Amino acid sequence: MAAGLALASLGGVAGHAAQPASTPTSAAPAPQAAAAPGGVSNTAPTTAAATPTANPSSPELAMDGAPAMTVKPMIGQPTDGLFGLQPQVTKNGQFAHWMHNSILVPTITIISLFVLALLFWVSFRYRKARNPVASKTSHNTFIEIIWTLAPVVILVLIAVPSIGLLQAQFKPAPSGAVTLKAIGNQWYWTYQYPDNGGFEITANMLKEKADVAAGERPRTDADGPKLLATDNRIVLPVGVPIRLITTSNDVIHSWAVPAFWIKLDAIPGRLNETSFTIEKPGLYFGQCSELCGARHGYMPIAVEAVPPAEYAAWVKAKGGTMPTPGKASDKVIPQPGADGSAAKAEEAAETANATGPVENVATPANATAPATTQGATSNPAGAGNAGQ
Amino acid sequence: MTDTALTPSAFVSHEAHDHHDTDHKPGFFARWFMSTNHKDIGTLYLIFAIVAGIIGGSVSGLMRAELAHPGIQYLQGWASMLHGGPASLDESLHLWNVLITAHGLIMVFFMVMPAMVGGFGNWFVPIMIGAPDMAFPRMNNVSFWLLIPAFTLLLASPFFGGAGNGWTLYAPLSTYGEPGPSTDMAILALHLAGASSILGAINFITTIFNMRAPGMTLHKMPLFVWSMLVTAFLLLLALPVLAAAITMLLTDRNFGTTFFDPAGGGDPVLYQHLFWFFGHPEVYIMILPGFGIVSQIISTFSRKPVFGYLGMAYAMVAIGVVGFVVWAHHMFTTGLSVNTKMYFTAATMVIAVPTGIKIFSWIATMWGGSLTFKTPMVWSIGFIFMFTVGGVTGVVLANGGIDDYMQDTYYVVAHFHYVLSLGAVFSLFAGFYYWFPKMTGKMYNEFLGQLHFWVFFVGVNVMFFPMHFLGLQGMPRRIPDYTPQYEHWNTVASVGYMIMAAGMVVFFVNLIWSLAAGKKAGDNPWGDGATTLEWTISSPPPYHQFETLPRID
Repeated sequence: MAAGLALASLGGVAGHAAQPASTPTSAAPAPQAAAAPGGVSNTAPTTAAATPTANPSSPELAMDGAPAMTVKPMIGQPTDGLFGLQPQVTKNGQFAHWMHNSILVPTITIISLFVLALLFWVSFRYRKARNPVASKTSHNTFIEIIWTLAPVVILVLIAVPSIGLLQAQFKPAPSGAVTLKAIGNQWYWTYQYPDNGGFEITANMLKEKADVAAGERPRTDADGPKLLATDNRIVLPVGVPIRLITTSNDVIHSWAVPAFWIKLDAIPGRLNETSFTIEKPGLYFGQCSELCGARHGYMPIAVEAVPPAEYAAWVKAKGGTMPTPGKASDKVIPQPGADGSAAKAEEAAETANATGPVENVATPANATAPATTQGATSNPAGAGNAGQ
Repeated sequence: MTDTALTPSAFVSHEAHDHHDTDHKPGFFARWFMSTNHKDIGTLYLIFAIVAGIIGGSVSGLMRAELAHPGIQYLQGWASMLHGGPASLDESLHLWNVLITAHGLIMVFFMVMPAMVGGFGNWFVPIMIGAPDMAFPRMNNVSFWLLIPAFTLLLASPFFGGAGNGWTLYAPLSTYGEPGPSTDMAILALHLAGASSILGAINFITTIFNMRAPGMTLHKMPLFVWSMLVTAFLLLLALPVLAAAITMLLTDRNFGTTFFDPAGGGDPVLYQHLFWFFGHPEVYIMILPGFGIVSQIISTFSRKPVFGYLGMAYAMVAIGVVGFVVWAHHMFTTGLSVNTKMYFTAATMVIAVPTGIKIFSWIATMWGGSLTFKTPMVWSIGFIFMFTVGGVTGVVLANGGIDDYMQDTYYVVAHFHYVLSLGAVFSLFAGFYYWFPKMTGKMYNEFLGQLHFWVFFVGVNVMFFPMHFLGLQGMPRRIPDYTPQYEHWNTVASVGYMIMAAGMVVFFVNLIWSLAAGKKAGDNPWGDGATTLEWTISSPPPYHQFETLPRID
């Protein structure tokens, strides 16, 4: 429970410098409209350009004390009733999207329909009424070789772009990349920006209006969709390579944003790394994607991608620093395996969160989880749908 | 050499006058509780699997009810019932995890495996190879009765808090992430079920290698026996790894070891490697016997021997072998190195080749045949198509780069339900209708059987196909509530569940009606296409068959 209390205070610092629960009703419908170009599935919405003008009561970055920014189009979120993938805003994502839609889907559709057609044909042609005497054929070496080799050829053709995609995904981030460290906790994310002074952000799910306690800020439509909006969005620059590092303070979580084609497990005792470059400003949503306990479905990820200048302003407002141009920003980046990195030690001290899982084993408070860990943060994300 | 059509004339006459001597059945208790008879044990397994299937299927009904619309509708009520008092939100959400865990474990370990291996395997492997019984009849009984305490432990665990780890029991959620006895009970349940399966596997391997009738060479064995042989080897090699992994979980949980705890030098990902080294062969354990069943049925109702018999047999062997070296494709997002990901991508795709051989060989078996569309045949054709659909989405998921998007989404749920709920389960129903007359001596109702197929077929497709769309839109698995943008397809899927459930009602009506009033079945109700040995003995078979061994020419 000690962990919970410590985090509660942390959450209070990070999360609730928030501005009071102002409900920007006028701003609310705009991003929703931009989000769902109904029926058009797999292309980035062209309405993205239709960014609404800044609204003074916007719950955007202003709640962190930074200058209020324009409401961003919500590109990276699901659309009801669609058949396809979410639009992609990273190079690898667009390549993978193309590979899925132009290679894999046609291939598997053709194969399935081919098998279906064969089944229909033999059922029709060789039904007993039409073919009373069965043939005795039970071998045909030639056709057996064909149906062994044809799949091999198809698979090799699939493997070529597939291996290329893997190579591209594993290209390390160049120097000058912005490092985002995402740390999974039951059940919220904390983020650190080690290249920008190492400030930390805690992101809890925003609850619905009916479920919040007095003084808490409920979700508005400008924040994002239900169960996807967080009280603090992380902000990332557009066009700048992002180095994502994930780890966890307790169980395994997974940091996933479909629009970036990124899913990386956050594993205690490990630092996983990948990189991506966001090409379009906007709001992107994802969810924890590895079962992590009771409120697994209640730890969303909300990313706001902004132009680099706005990013710099936001970093400044958060008390962070921008690395000096020309100077490698990599100096504080923890390398995989270097678990005792400064950032990690600091975070452990700050949160007293029993990072050593051994202590968790010994802590009886945890023994009655999940019920007793409810108050883990000052803005418990989980109770979002209580009473429904 | 590869002709599976046997000539049974040599021994039919023996069977006739052995009949009286072999039909002395023991009393009720001795027969059903101390059984050493493979057919009785097979029946017990089938009854067990049906009961477990009803429970596991009901759990999925609860899940589809909760997921029909966004918001938490029922979980709190169910949690209150379980706890005997008002339940907190977290308790309700935890109950969700308990439900998904229970559904997975029950369906895998207590429904599909007992039905396939314990049920049909026990019933028909000895008969098909011309053996009087299994090699180790008492061990056979132990195998079955180990399942009862295993299932009891699993079913009791929700009353002690509930194991909410998912069927994969990933550490550290299953170690320091979830205190209380429930997870220990679930782990012990798996230990017992695993021991049961290992004993069964030893029994099958010994039986098939040593007890084949004279002339029944390995290359004359029916494909169902081949499938059980490969399955038994997979069980024998994979389950000890699971046993080791979950024993380490137990000691991590209770005795202070840190196999999977980074704070003590352990590694959570090690558990995933061990689990999936078992877990991937496990999915073939569930589907290979289905391949065998479908091969028998397609051949029977096409009145043709199986096309490419040797290719079919060795395709299963190949699937079994390759199935052991693809496990990390379940772990593409855990931070594997690029070379590892490339290897597992390529190795996984290789499995599509022997699988394709099987699909095309079944179609080639039908080609040129004289097809009748009795219920088992209809289920088998349904199996071929549904398994193809599940298989091709497997090719999509095999791509490590694509999997960064798909991993842990509903696309994966759709994929494995197509190969299991529509693949393995279709083959189970096919086998059940195919062998029902043999096992009971009564015919099922053909109309109800066909009706069952069509309602079930529509239901499962309406339920599972939209899950592809949900996954493509990014919906994660294992969440009790979702953003309203996922509502449309979730509602459709829940409607599909109701259709499927209606199909199951038809099945149970058919089952009860046929047992009570089914027409008497002859020794071979399927005509001259049914050439395996079970169709040469009476329906139901005598208590001990083949006291004089059949001779296969």
